Amino acid sequence: MTEKKRQIIVFLIFAAAALSAPFFLKDSYLITVLIFVGINTILAIGLNLLLGYAGQISLGHAAFFGLGAYISGILTTRFPLDPFLVMILAAFCAGALAFVIGFPILKLKGHYLAMATLGFGIIMYIVFNETVSVTGGPSGLSGIPYLSVGPLVFDNDWNNYYLVWISTLAVMLLAINLTQSRIGRALRAIHDSEVAARVMGVNARILKVQIFTVSAVISAFAGSLYAHVVTFIAPASFGFHFSVELLTMVVVGGLGSIYGSFLGAAILTMLPEFLRVFHDLDIIVYGLMLILMTMFMPGGLVSGIQMVTQYIAARKAKRKDEHAQA
Amino acid sequence: MLRLDSITKIFGGLTALEEVSFSVAAGSITGVIGPNGAGKTTLFNIVTGLYAQTSGEVVLDGKNISFLDTEKLASLGLVRTFQNVELFGQMTVLENVMVGLHTGTKSGIFSCAFRLPRQIKEEKFIREKSMEWLEFTGMTDMAGVAAANLPFGKGRLLEISRALAANPKMILMDEPAAGLNSRETVELASLILKIKETGITVVLVEHDMDLVMDICDPIVVLNLGKKLAQGSPREIQENQEVISAYLGSD
Amino acid sequence: MDNFQQLIQYVLSGLSNGAIYALIGFGFAIIYNATGIINFAQGEFVMLGGMLTIFFLTVFHLPLVPAVLLAVMISTIVGVVFERLAIRPLRNAKPLRLIIITIGASILIRGIAMLVWGKDTHALPAFSSNEPILIAGATMLPQHLWIFGVTVLIIIISRIFFNYTMMGKAMRACAYNAQAAGLVGISVKSMTLISFVISAAIGSMAGIIIAPLTMTSYDVGIMLGLKGFCAVIIGGMSTGFGTVLGGLVLGLLEALGAGFISASYKDAIAFIILLLILFFRPEGLFSKKETERF
Repeated sequence: MTEKKRQIIVFLIFAAAALSAPFFLKDSYLITVLIFVGINTILAIGLNLLLGYAGQISLGHAAFFGLGAYISGILTTRFPLDPFLVMILAAFCAGALAFVIGFPILKLKGHYLAMATLGFGIIMYIVFNETVSVTGGPSGLSGIPYLSVGPLVFDNDWNNYYLVWISTLAVMLLAINLTQSRIGRALRAIHDSEVAARVMGVNARILKVQIFTVSAVISAFAGSLYAHVVTFIAPASFGFHFSVELLTMVVVGGLGSIYGSFLGAAILTMLPEFLRVFHDLDIIVYGLMLILMTMFMPGGLVSGIQMVTQYIAARKAKRKDEHAQA
Repeated sequence: MLRLDSITKIFGGLTALEEVSFSVAAGSITGVIGPNGAGKTTLFNIVTGLYAQTSGEVVLDGKNISFLDTEKLASLGLVRTFQNVELFGQMTVLENVMVGLHTGTKSGIFSCAFRLPRQIKEEKFIREKSMEWLEFTGMTDMAGVAAANLPFGKGRLLEISRALAANPKMILMDEPAAGLNSRETVELASLILKIKETGITVVLVEHDMDLVMDICDPIVVLNLGKKLAQGSPREIQENQEVISAYLGSD
Repeated sequence: MDNFQQLIQYVLSGLSNGAIYALIGFGFAIIYNATGIINFAQGEFVMLGGMLTIFFLTVFHLPLVPAVLLAVMISTIVGVVFERLAIRPLRNAKPLRLIIITIGASILIRGIAMLVWGKDTHALPAFSSNEPILIAGATMLPQHLWIFGVTVLIIIISRIFFNYTMMGKAMRACAYNAQAAGLVGISVKSMTLISFVISAAIGSMAGIIIAPLTMTSYDVGIMLGLKGFCAVIIGGMSTGFGTVLGGLVLGLLEALGAGFISASYKDAIAFIILLLILFFRPEGLFSKKETERF
């Protein structure tokens, strides 16, 4: 029970920090950046459920992000529909698409799965780019309305910050619940030994498709949020490059760690904002991060932090012993 | 309880099993022995749906399970362990056993994500039940250890605990004593007898003759993909064909 | 130009692209069969070939042949360094880590290329004259002949290598059963290295011969790599006839699709084919027995 309590406290501290951050930030630019950290955290959690827990790679997740953004963007600019209803519809469509392609695609393993999801992502990107009459093509889609609840319109950074971060915290909480349940254990079991999981009655085939669907729904939700927050979308945000960026977030933060997803998203979102040099070198840095992390810290920064705290604790204990002896 | 009806398996041009038939009585500990390459593991893989047999039938409790998917069998009460110990290495000992309760529980993605009251109750049940099984196999004090960090012998025990957690009617054990030292083997034998006492039927493929002769009855002997003999330990020990198969004289 | 001439034109450009896809596919197959890894950085070797040749031609004013040789050599060195630094230490890791590391290497190489050569597209001058040759009313560039010639040559050389040289046979043995190959004294480690050498060399060569026709830039590797992968998937992960056919079929379908249906969806065609094949016949359309992988 103490472990459970500790987790609740960690989450509450995290939530309190996230929700009070704007009060301490004088700089509205920083708030804007944190809005994107929130959206990317949602996306990284979505991918992490699939990649870090079930062990199934996707190099096409930007496509679901784009699908959510475009469905929300297109429908709310053209028709007088309630944006929240459209958001649900967008999530449903992305989920349905993931479910349908999930069966054939997740039959593939490892490298073949990576290639297939990559191919899927590129096809979707081409569709976003080429169906100019619907999506606006390469020049993008603008004039997407802000979200509003009654008199409250999410048209400034402060409001959007709370819109995004309450959503982010909700997604985090649901993801944590999920990973610590029967389903989460079954997913990790598939990751470690698919054959043993199946022998224990875990229907790996269906469960993989389900988590792929959940992951797509989460990504599409982030896409809808993105569309309404930024009010302008273009295909360039939803291409292969962004899929790789998402992958980097998950790997850097920590495969199989929800807080790691936040960490990875935060680092990869903030770096280019604060290091101008990074802007031109971004893909070099992503490449290096992927290689170095995979080689030297496969558990991501979260595992690195754990290692460091354990090391410090061990040294403290040792020093105490030495003192006691002396 | 389990009936194998003339199982034949051909890999490419190679016949791994030929017309193998035998039955396993409920409540027994049935041993399947035979020299290397006799087809013992292949037989287990067919029964548990990992391979499809070329011909023949597998019947469990009167139900034809010949071509059922592996994941369906646990809910019918049939589980197995592996020769090379297939654990979920990144998960703790307790979590490994909790996966064993996957079949007996139902909460889906939605109720898990939203922690619906029924799911909370079920989770508590899973945890308690798993602890009971760890107590049964004597692993309670290791509940929090990552499975990958267990010594080999404990890994075997964990695999058995996990299989038991699925509340099976029958466990197939693929060489449970392989890699164990003599003390661990003795402990294993008494654990298997203890499992039998709870009413679970055990089938084991094994190389360790002492173990098999001590606890199994009946014993089925396979050689070169064919059933050579079946009978009590005494009958098997006195069977000339079995002796020559093992000694290689013909 | 009437329809027939146009058709011939499409067929020609389709076949020449297809030959390139087949060569790139070979690169995937060679590494996959030696190591079980799909090298996501394969396309970057192709990019390096073209870009390095242009670099040596324009910056150092080298003649074509030394420029090509140097380009192939440097690409190969990149392949070796990649294998040594990233693949060898993780040889026994799970596929997920290997996938991530080759993706990392791929974007790293791409990023460095961008840093060095910028984001512009470059054209490599044609190897011989630019004078079109007329065939059946359609025009063919001498570069097309170069592509077909070099492709055929590489196929012949690789056939000879895999079937008649000791090293080639050893690689086939490794692909068939690495453990057994190790037991008879074949060094599986060096076979892995050699597979990276050969596939980097073939990949960069493919990038060089296509560059005069299609232009090149730091980011061509991803599309070319994926299409090469598509070709080799059709061919069932072999360096045999199936992959050549796969490449040619893919090139043709693309060219005809672009010509008669829509040029903007040209790239989508390859990926739809890729998905269809992965979904319904992941073992390839022309694969024979599993053992005949080279």
